Amino acid sequence: MALQSLDIAKRSATTTEPPQARKTLEVAKLIDVSKCIGCKACQVACMQWNDLRDEVGSCGGTYDNPTDMTDQSWTVMRYAEVESEERGLEWLIRKDGCMHCEDPGCLKACPAPGAIIKYANGIVDFHQENCIGCGYCVTGCPFNVPRISKKDSKAYKCTLCSDRVAVGLEPACVKVCPTGSISFGSKEDMKELADERITELKERGFKNAGLYDPAGVGGTHVMYVLNHADKPSLYSGLPADPTIAPTVSLWKGFAKPLAMAGIAAAALGGLFHYVMKGPNEVSKEIEAEVEKELEGEK
Amino acid sequence: MIRDPSDLQRYNASERANHWVTGICFILLALSGLALFHPALFPLTSLFGGGVWTRILHPFIGVIMMLFFVVMFFRFKRLNHMTDTDWEWVKRAKEMVDGDDHNMPEMGKYNGGQKLLFWFLGLAMLVLFVSGIIIWRAYFSHYFPIGVIRTGAVLHAVFATVMIIAIIVHVYAAIWVRGTIRAMLYGTVTRAWAKQHHRAWYRQMTGK
Repeated sequence: MALQSLDIAKRSATTTEPPQARKTLEVAKLIDVSKCIGCKACQVACMQWNDLRDEVGSCGGTYDNPTDMTDQSWTVMRYAEVESEERGLEWLIRKDGCMHCEDPGCLKACPAPGAIIKYANGIVDFHQENCIGCGYCVTGCPFNVPRISKKDSKAYKCTLCSDRVAVGLEPACVKVCPTGSISFGSKEDMKELADERITELKERGFKNAGLYDPAGVGGTHVMYVLNHADKPSLYSGLPADPTIAPTVSLWKGFAKPLAMAGIAAAALGGLFHYVMKGPNEVSKEIEAEVEKELEGEK
Repeated sequence: MIRDPSDLQRYNASERANHWVTGICFILLALSGLALFHPALFPLTSLFGGGVWTRILHPFIGVIMMLFFVVMFFRFKRLNHMTDTDWEWVKRAKEMVDGDDHNMPEMGKYNGGQKLLFWFLGLAMLVLFVSGIIIWRAYFSHYFPIGVIRTGAVLHAVFATVMIIAIIVHVYAAIWVRGTIRAMLYGTVTRAWAKQHHRAWYRQMTGK
């Protein structure tokens, strides 16, 4: 790869090692849910930078608009109204989108070489020119993120603005966020920033405030600061302990070499059986018997 | 075309055509399916016009195969009920594979192994068809919850693998037992072939 900032660390349907000589900084986006006011500037910036225009949909009775991610809406604000005795009514707003897993389920499931790649900086990107439209990425993703376009049958999702990051800019949503709820930098720096904020939140009474960087997928390159980190599901169903499903791991792991070995064994077994035991021919004895029987008929 | 008037008719033209449409579909499905299953075999997509065409064509070929398989299944179903003699044959199959078929029990039109294959293929086609519909992203996947789709993907891969192995055995058996393939090419077998491998069927056909 010409640009060091786009060095590839993992490539879908590729079993050999990627180039590893250069070590790049791991990046991350930190979304501080407690600072988000739900203005949707990030959605707008995403559409503008990526030249996307979703269709005007319909209102589902909440502020969620559009109501779900699509091939044109790579990020969507999700608004959850949560009531508890302790804190009364809370409006928990989460910017949903690709989490850029360290161990991406989409990439593991993808059968098309190079359709999904993970850059050395941690960003997971879809290369639509290699995408065959099978939807296995949807099957593999623990966060229900990829969307298949109805127009071209290609899979789309947040790129973490890999094109901007490659040239030293922050993602469009980060640039536009008016409250500083979204930050971008090295993963290490983002974790430090999160720690500071979590201490603050704890001082203010959010005793369960914490960082969402789920270990089940090796950590993510999009992390959340949650004021209720003990219950991620409050935030419109954010999974508490996301992992690549065991069925997907089996299908894309052990099953592959085992199936190849089984098929090869059957084919070679046949060849060597023939070579070593010889064909099963009709015996001369029976041929003579049948000849006689036919003679008898005449 | 009659090669020898004393030959025995094993399959009529319609049965043969039915078998070969199913067989051709199977070969196309195995090649395209393996291409999408293992990265090392992805180049097989070139046979179908690339990755996208492979993804588009595979499920449609599957539907065609299912249609023809169902017809074939009901055509041959009544000839494939397992009997005690068939189980006895299965128990002794190893002797035959080792080269000695003298102690094998007399078989009708199909032996125990062929019958077991028949029922396995029926099961495999059912599982592959249902799981194939579930993982057919373009038209059907959105009707199913994600857990079902994931299980469908695993079952599709597992049954496809075992079925490919079973068909390799099926084809090898036809090659190994000389004089068999002609039954599926032009429909007849020699009387000696029938007497050696399917004696009960031979008696039924010739009255001897």
